[in-house]
Amino acid sequence: MNALTGAWDWLSDPAHWSGDDGVWHRLAQHLVLTVVCLVISCLIALPVALVLGHLGRGGALAVNISNIGRAVPTFAVLVLLLLTPLGKWGEGPTVVALVLFAVPPLLTNAYVGMREVDRSVVSSARGMGMTGRQMLFHVELPLSLPMVMNGVRIAAVQLVATATIAALAGGGGLGRIITAGFNLASTPQVVAGAILVAVFALIVEGIFEIAERLAPRWARGIR
Amino acid sequence: MTAPPDDCLARNEWICGEYLSTRRQILLDAVVQHLQLTAVSVLVGLVIAVPLAVLARRWGWAAGPVLAVTTILYTIPSLAMFSLLLPVYGLSATLVVSGLVLYSLTLLVRNILAGLRAVPEETRQAARGMGYGPIRLLLTVELPLAVPASMAGLRIATVSAVSLVTVGAIVGFGGLGNLIYAGMNTYFKAQVLTASVLCVVIAVAADLLLLAVQRLLTPWTRAARG
Repeated sequence: MNALTGAWDWLSDPAHWSGDDGVWHRLAQHLVLTVVCLVISCLIALPVALVLGHLGRGGALAVNISNIGRAVPTFAVLVLLLLTPLGKWGEGPTVVALVLFAVPPLLTNAYVGMREVDRSVVSSARGMGMTGRQMLFHVELPLSLPMVMNGVRIAAVQLVATATIAALAGGGGLGRIITAGFNLASTPQVVAGAILVAVFALIVEGIFEIAERLAPRWARGIR
Repeated sequence: MTAPPDDCLARNEWICGEYLSTRRQILLDAVVQHLQLTAVSVLVGLVIAVPLAVLARRWGWAAGPVLAVTTILYTIPSLAMFSLLLPVYGLSATLVVSGLVLYSLTLLVRNILAGLRAVPEETRQAARGMGYGPIRLLLTVELPLAVPASMAGLRIATVSAVSLVTVGAIVGFGGLGNLIYAGMNTYFKAQVLTASVLCVVIAVAADLLLLAVQRLLTPWTRAARG
């Protein structure tokens, strides 16, 4: 319990919250990093998954990429990129490594969601004379939205968690508080940093949970 | 004074045979540590997860809390998890193992529970009708039938553990992660690439091994397909 009171003391010291190494600055870096990577990953993964799901092709590819993605350590990818010419680009390697990490769950969930749409519904849409584009946007996408959003949620929470690893390679974000604590051999600071990241991850999880609870009401409103 | 040797190590190339031959022992030690950390974590995770899943299956009210706690554990970042456990275990291999155990619990409990729930009621009634007691029913009917779902979870947990071990480098027990971390600080390209590739090889090999074990454990799934 000593470590927890120490962490509390660390967190309640206003000096630790301001400045370039302060909590607010690190939190802002972490937030920007997470949001930027999530947006880029969605822009890459979702169109591909939706089109593949609509055409019913490349399913094995979409699922296997996800399995391969799990086997590749993000930390290793980050360090590898850091040693390439890309490493000179500030946060470049971190963004690329995190995007590579977030794409697989997005791809798999969106693809599976598209394929799980009731085939008879798709057939009747086609029977009503809908074009492929209309079927995709008015039938398949709305029906698979819960699965697609579940993928976004998984990716978002994992991004928050994994963005800490950037600090191991000298990047910004909340992980910096933890690594700095390790270098100073200050257990209270390490634990305080860990608590901050965990709370951040849980807040993101909570935001998605609330959005999910509210979503069906909008969906019904549209009908 | 001799001139520095002009080999791929001196030129700091990504792929370097010289590196493999001169640092074989270091690489081997790192691989062994990596395998040990992964295996111990997953086995301990399994030993804890099976009773938890069986309890959650037996008493419905236990399922909610068990799943909630393991899911919250999963959302804690690996770096944060290692640092939260730091005051308890200090800088040790136990720290890395307990962090990884907590991670694997989510995947294992979920999958084992799903497997147990999928056992058909008729099957269980038939076993009861044949005079099976609850323990015998669990050990010889329910758990074997839950093997395919459990193995799916075990494979994901193992592959994730192999890649998460690398983060243990922050406390000095990261297996191949140690080499990646050291290689990053010294700009040693061959070491970073070799260690990263070995991580992926270990993950893929472990996955295939578990797939083979699953096929051996569930001969009936193959017989059914004829």
